[in-house]
Amino acid sequence: MARVEILVTISSDQDIVVARQKGRSLALELGFSSGDATLIATAISELARNIVSYAGSGQIALKDVQGSTRVGITVAASDNGPGIPNVSQALRDGFSTSGSLGLGLPGVRRLMDEFEIVSKPGQGTNVVVKKWRP
Amino acid sequence: MEVPILKQGAVLIATFQAALSDADLNHLRSALVQQVVRFRSRGVIVDVTAMDVMDSFASRTLREIAHMIRLRGAETVIVGIQPEVAFAMVQLGLTLEGVATALDLEEGLAYLNQKFKTMK
Repeated sequence: MARVEILVTISSDQDIVVARQKGRSLALELGFSSGDATLIATAISELARNIVSYAGSGQIALKDVQGSTRVGITVAASDNGPGIPNVSQALRDGFSTSGSLGLGLPGVRRLMDEFEIVSKPGQGTNVVVKKWRP
Repeated sequence: MEVPILKQGAVLIATFQAALSDADLNHLRSALVQQVVRFRSRGVIVDVTAMDVMDSFASRTLREIAHMIRLRGAETVIVGIQPEVAFAMVQLGLTLEGVATALDLEEGLAYLNQKFKTMK
């Protein structure tokens, strides 16, 4: 069971900054190194930016994960936006539909340990990523 | 949060604070380009020592700043990327290719002075 759950509503570029700051402090509270906290904050920044650019608004939920032998952090980004028609294409480096660098999702996958995405056209996108404390 | 821009001779120095939003970065981009024109600056140093996250947007904006300023005939150098930030940037695939970087403000100034000598 998660002991902490922080919800951040994402609807503007200011909220991206808030989400990544909250993510960094939760990561530090959970005992992550400041290097790992930077990786987590960067991943949150990319996920929150995708919400603002593609869906307009959504939310980021930050939670701790208490495994039997290890502790981790979960970041869940969800929106009710247009969804991603071709998820496997969106996970390839260099692919973008909004004129950005197109490194968002594959980059986030590299920054974190676990990555799950569920997206259907017209039904929004849910991305859940985890990082375990080494 | 506005980024202060200092003028030191032919060089402009912009010092990033932590927690810059996209709007702040866009504002900095136009302010820097305008001031390079206004002061006929030959070099720009962007000090990102205080930045704790460099995501794809920040990185793209820095590249755009450097390229715009180069088109204007001046040189840009990014200084103070923290080791942890550098590590996250590489994981994310952000290399700031084609943009000069230096360890800190002092090294950045030394780099620009060297450039100015060869430009003469």
